[in-house]
Amino acid sequence: MSLVTVNNLVCYYGHHRAVDDISFTLKTGDILGFLGPNGAGKSSTMQMLSGNLAPSAGEIHIHGFDLLDNPKRAKAEIGYLPEQPPLYKEMTVDEYLRYCARLHRIEKSRISDAINLAKTRCGLKESGRRLIGNLSKGYQQRVGIAQAIVHSPRIIILDEPTVGLDPNQIREIRELIVELGKEHGIILCTHILPEVEAVCNRVQIINKGRLVYEAKMDELRGGDTHGFYEVTLLRPPGVNQLYDTADINSVERLDDHTFLVHTEQVKAENIANAAVANNWGLIKLTPHQHTLEQIFIDLTLSDEHNHMEVRA
Amino acid sequence: MILNIALRELRSMFLSPLAWTVLAVTQLILAWIFLSQIDVFFSIQKELATLDNAPGVTDLVVAPMLEIASVILLMISPLLTMRLISEERRNGTLSLLLSAPVSISEIVLGKFLGIVLFYLILVGMISLMPLSLIIGTELDLGKLAAGLLGLILLLSAFAAAGIFLSSLTANPVVAAISTFGLLLLLWMLERNGGDIGSESVFSYISLTHHISPFLRGLVNSVDLAYFILFIATFLLLSIRQMDAARLHR
Repeated sequence: MSLVTVNNLVCYYGHHRAVDDISFTLKTGDILGFLGPNGAGKSSTMQMLSGNLAPSAGEIHIHGFDLLDNPKRAKAEIGYLPEQPPLYKEMTVDEYLRYCARLHRIEKSRISDAINLAKTRCGLKESGRRLIGNLSKGYQQRVGIAQAIVHSPRIIILDEPTVGLDPNQIREIRELIVELGKEHGIILCTHILPEVEAVCNRVQIINKGRLVYEAKMDELRGGDTHGFYEVTLLRPPGVNQLYDTADINSVERLDDHTFLVHTEQVKAENIANAAVANNWGLIKLTPHQHTLEQIFIDLTLSDEHNHMEVRA
Repeated sequence: MILNIALRELRSMFLSPLAWTVLAVTQLILAWIFLSQIDVFFSIQKELATLDNAPGVTDLVVAPMLEIASVILLMISPLLTMRLISEERRNGTLSLLLSAPVSISEIVLGKFLGIVLFYLILVGMISLMPLSLIIGTELDLGKLAAGLLGLILLLSAFAAAGIFLSSLTANPVVAAISTFGLLLLLWMLERNGGDIGSESVFSYISLTHHISPFLRGLVNSVDLAYFILFIATFLLLSIRQMDAARLHR
């Protein structure tokens, strides 16, 4: 049975269709990256999944329970970290997590264990007695995640969990997400592409309220570079010269020294040979793998262009 | 679950200086009133002795004190209730409650109970002053109990109205001002509602009309029903409002 089934979800703000007919599923072990530009309807979808916002139309089933007909059973299976962590700054970490555990109706005898487990997983063991308001942003974020997992839900929804963190903290949080993904289904909502590439095994892109792309990360990585290479040359020739010499399909100049090269049949070897023969000073030749970024830009930007044209 | 939310609410009030300040300020002002009423009582004690059926210390000291307490709390209550929902909405902590397996009625009732528990503490402390008179004189405990019950019902009504207006906005100050305005209006309605004692609609819905019998020691079922209906109405409206906010926003 899938953990989350979403059917034809629609959400209106006034006359504005913020979420437009979205359907997807989530299974155990999935870490689903939910991508989209700002204002695409990501957070609205997450708010609907967590019961914070009632959908205008459509169905949400959480582990078999309908979120609208049986909200208590359904919500018990969800851990939700909103964009802004819901923290009471005047409480200590322990008090806060105890309150969350009670809200989720964990049995009294199990509360202490649940809190300890959540704290250990989020690296908060030493911070139990500190006031949440006095913690750094990174630690507050961890408390937010601890809050989402304290009742060991089957589904964890994280809305931009790494915003405002420093690179080390981002790495730690990502490791934690991968770790959690082994036992829970996770929906990771973000607009940071490397984050999705680092932790997710499935990806969906939402734009203007519609799901426009869906794929498994394995397929996306696939080792296949689609024949794109990034070439960095110390003494670069003109684009035309490069085009003629190396026998390639297309060249795009990225900056003074770097080109994005597409070769269909010919292997990378040819580019290297040409560079050596013409004394261009080859510095770097790498398969171009930023396909997620490319897909994202293609899907979300092209749409914007269309809109511009319509307006014009 | 309701109790759980209520206790957190109460706790967070005492974790900030808010609860302590309110307790200290009301206690200070009422102590002043209490002492001056006792002074008045002493100065007219001789004349009272000559009267038949003269008003006792409960009428002359306790009742005025409770009346002034209700006016002070009318001003303070909006400041306590303004944060209940609007601040949670603004800080994003409301989503913790909304995504937990808790119904909206439980959230609203929990918040209401939390503030009522605080008012019980407050009224308990206020009642210590009149009770201290027991040492030196006889007190009409029935009248005192009626007055305290009235005060608690009145404060609960303040709280219910405050929660509703707090659920309407994400700005606590707006919630406070509108609550204060509503309560003051309901308080003053009787002034222009015709002669005292006449049963005009205005005086019927006014808070003063229903609290004064309690302070005189009368517990009418009409007044009890008024307060219970008042509280129930505003709590239901809050629940409806929060449900609606989840739908449209």
